[in-house]
Amino acid sequence: MLELKNLTVQYGAITALQDVSLRLDRGEIVTLIGGNGAGKTTTLRAISGLLKPRSGSIWYEGNDITGRPPHKLVAQGLAHCPEGRMVFANLTVLENLRMGAYLQRDRRVIEKELEFVRSLFPRLRERESQLAGTLSGGEQQMLAIGRALMSQPRCLLLDEPSLGIAPLLTQTIFEKITELNRVRGLSILLVEQNANLALAVSHRAYVIECGRILLSGPASEVKSNPQVRDAYLGGG
Amino acid sequence: MPSWLNRSQLLLMATLAVVGIAQSLSGRLDSYILSVAMGVGINIILASSLNLINGFTGQFSLGHAGFMAVGAYTAAVLTGRLAPQWSPLFGGQVFLLFPAALIVGGIVAALAGALVGAPSLRLKGDYLAIVTLGFGEIIKVIFQNLEFVGGAKGLNGIPDYSNLLWVFGTAAITVYTVWALLNSSYGRGFLAVADDEIAAEAMGLNTTRYKMVAFVVGAFFAGIAGGLFAHLNNSINPSGFDFNKSIEIVVMVILGGMGRHIGVILAAILLTVLTEMLREFGDYRMVIYSVLLILLMLTRPQGLFIWPTRKAARRQNA
Repeated sequence: MLELKNLTVQYGAITALQDVSLRLDRGEIVTLIGGNGAGKTTTLRAISGLLKPRSGSIWYEGNDITGRPPHKLVAQGLAHCPEGRMVFANLTVLENLRMGAYLQRDRRVIEKELEFVRSLFPRLRERESQLAGTLSGGEQQMLAIGRALMSQPRCLLLDEPSLGIAPLLTQTIFEKITELNRVRGLSILLVEQNANLALAVSHRAYVIECGRILLSGPASEVKSNPQVRDAYLGGG
Repeated sequence: MPSWLNRSQLLLMATLAVVGIAQSLSGRLDSYILSVAMGVGINIILASSLNLINGFTGQFSLGHAGFMAVGAYTAAVLTGRLAPQWSPLFGGQVFLLFPAALIVGGIVAALAGALVGAPSLRLKGDYLAIVTLGFGEIIKVIFQNLEFVGGAKGLNGIPDYSNLLWVFGTAAITVYTVWALLNSSYGRGFLAVADDEIAAEAMGLNTTRYKMVAFVVGAFFAGIAGGLFAHLNNSINPSGFDFNKSIEIVVMVILGGMGRHIGVILAAILLTVLTEMLREFGDYRMVIYSVLLILLMLTRPQGLFIWPTRKAARRQNA
């Protein structure tokens, strides 16, 4: 479904990604774990076209999408739920959700998607007329995910859904992520600092460090790798 | 159709009707008051159109006077030097010739907006401000050196076609257009771009195009305001469209509260009337004006006419 081949991204003279190759198959949840500044967010941004790679290529559903602008990719079912939530603070919750369906012209489809997002996150229904900036962190994260879903993606790039959120809500959000994957067959590329949680819901995982892929494999295998346990899973 | 749409259209009609009545009575008004009133109307057009760019779309343009100049010169040439050639098209009727000249002025200004916007709207914040500032200066210098339009002396003897009807009619249409644009489902994109450009882009918005539309529509109305201004003052010269003029409009937008429709209109009225009232202070006028601005910004940095709470449900059914 999605494949990166030898991707290199630089910010000016600084190399953020070096020769990164990874693959996301249809119906999979793949997680990319790594520390701060390892290049996780950069990877997602390069895929969704927010950054232009220096070299290498990105393939989505059999097409080379390297360097394609974000608004074209959204139309093709590749949605990006950015880090730090980035909701439109001065729009209401409902308006934020409708923004997500920006490219969808059919009102009935929009209403159907809205209903789906409401059933997924009942909390959002209660807060629909509230300005998004007044939501709690967890609610904003739900909104950001809901908004990304409004474009009816086949593939979702999800950046740090647990960042700055109460543990209880994090649990809920991860349950919803697996539900989306199971029920809708949504393929998800998940970037997460909370490696324990991410590995628990993923099929496969890649470990990235200093812009390079260190190792990869089935989530259970990565989880039991001694190196990973030391570095990301709190030892033991 | 949601009911607000009809209501706002009704409001537009009512405004136009009131303006029509005011115009028919304007013969009895003092001509000084009349010209100040028209100055207010022109500033409402300028401030509302800049509000689309600086307020709602979150860009920072300092070139509004430049677009105004383009419209002013275009319209003035059409009703002056070129009038013999093209006024027969309208049977020599001023009430047809004048709006046509204004609209052509607006279109040329919009083209200028597109020309400046295309390369520079990829820039953000301060950088965009600098580019638009430079553009304003370039326009001024171009007109200063075009002998065809009088060079530094400018154009004189422009017919006084502007009246209450044209000025406030255009002001009402400008305010309505900006308002309607923002309350459409397309228009939420402007607010999204202002809120968070990266998120907007990730949602599939073509952010550059949104900024471009804001810029072109803003420039169009600034051009029309320029045409009205030229036919109110009967003379224009390049130095009247300098950096200070742009700043004046930016101040109206900031004082009114960036991205507020009514606030910006009130600020345009207040600042226009204020500069007139300060005339009796002679040379100290601009000193007092500046001190007032500093005081206002210190006490109300969020804008003068912001209501304490903004109803979240404001555009709920939009």
